[in-house]
Amino acid sequence: MALLVVIAIEITRLKDLFAVVMLTGIYGLVSASFFVLMDAVDVAFTEASVGAGISTLLMLVVISLTQRSEHPVRYRPFGALLVVMLTGGMLIYGTLDMPYMGAGDAPIHIHIAPRYLNDSMQEVGVVNVVTAVLASYRSFDTFGELVVIFTAGIGVSALLMKAGHRDDKKQAGSINDSMHKQHLILRIVSKIMLPFIMLFALYVQFHGDYGPGGGFQAGVIFAAAIILYALLFGLTSAHRVINQTTSQLVAAFGVLLYGSVGLVSLLNGGNFLDYNVLASNPVSGQHLGILFIELGVGITVASVMITIFFNFAGRQVPQKNKDS
Amino acid sequence: MLMGLFNNWVVVVLMMIGLYIVIAHGNLIKKIVGLTIFQTSVFIFYISMAKVDGGTAPILMANVTKYANPLPHVLILTAIVVGIATTALALALTVRIKEAYSSIEEESIQEQNTKQASERDELDSRSEQY
Repeated sequence: MALLVVIAIEITRLKDLFAVVMLTGIYGLVSASFFVLMDAVDVAFTEASVGAGISTLLMLVVISLTQRSEHPVRYRPFGALLVVMLTGGMLIYGTLDMPYMGAGDAPIHIHIAPRYLNDSMQEVGVVNVVTAVLASYRSFDTFGELVVIFTAGIGVSALLMKAGHRDDKKQAGSINDSMHKQHLILRIVSKIMLPFIMLFALYVQFHGDYGPGGGFQAGVIFAAAIILYALLFGLTSAHRVINQTTSQLVAAFGVLLYGSVGLVSLLNGGNFLDYNVLASNPVSGQHLGILFIELGVGITVASVMITIFFNFAGRQVPQKNKDS
Repeated sequence: MLMGLFNNWVVVVLMMIGLYIVIAHGNLIKKIVGLTIFQTSVFIFYISMAKVDGGTAPILMANVTKYANPLPHVLILTAIVVGIATTALALALTVRIKEAYSSIEEESIQEQNTKQASERDELDSRSEQY
């Protein structure tokens, strides 16, 4: 925990944005290991793949698009320091009333968690309670979050989509070629790794009922595989695997898959997203519903992440052409 | 005895560092990093609330009766992924700002804005004169 504070202070102090971003990645990894200590394996999984992986990558791309170092601050930010100290002081005063960490009788553990822990086995039949809550009890919520992610993907596309991208394709190809003549070892090793990363993503996707994992993590890992490929073999060859329009369509398909599970259960006489009616046996209906919903989540998350990366990286190429 | 609150204090400190970066630094990417730190501190807060002494991860097993609270885990799990999506949106905005102003420092953006505004005012007053 103290390590986190040290890293955060160092992030504040440093002016080199590249180092800042790298430290942010380490920060994500350290907090992921903290989550493991706190028994939150699913969360740790997500934080490790998102905080240490994708977000670092996106920030690096943006730095390469903008600038590397931060201008020194000209004034002494005493006002900001004062505000921060005041707020922090009040918050710490507030924590004095909080229940101690790990106390089993804290209000949070009394209200609804026992029901999830005791009854989810009979009602949902999934060993991983986090998956049960995510995909069944709180499936409305998850649907909303999926739509938020989808909307963010659309927003990034709308902001960064370039209009006439047909004519600079050839030049982009030449840049890519010169780039991946180098780094032979990196290329071969990652070529060997790629199938395993994808296999692991599928494992995480379909094993989410029994162990840590699920659609969100699997989507991010799968996207990481594609992004790795794009980084090493150039954007053009990655576009040949999945082009941008396809990945956008696939993202929409994931959201629709999720929503249509809800509609099917509605048509079968249940409530929206009530999986009990999907099969003759309520528990197997739940299994079916969770399977499809996690699939929808995984597809959408993966393709939105890929779309976002393509948009950022595609922005880079024409700028470089302009410079040269 | 007060060590039970140690996590909360670390959360407060991290949150304040994040807030300080957002307020005091002019660089837009640095501001986004600050927001990320702020965000992660909230995650840590939720996850430390969910911890139960002597419990294990909320994956049902035989012979285990104590589990961590699964609900905060679910909330934070989705929040992390939504967080990266919104961060990506913020970064996209930064890229566009860089293209429009050729700078991502708050000061120089504001300077350019005021300069433009004053030029526009001048033009307006001139056209009124004619």
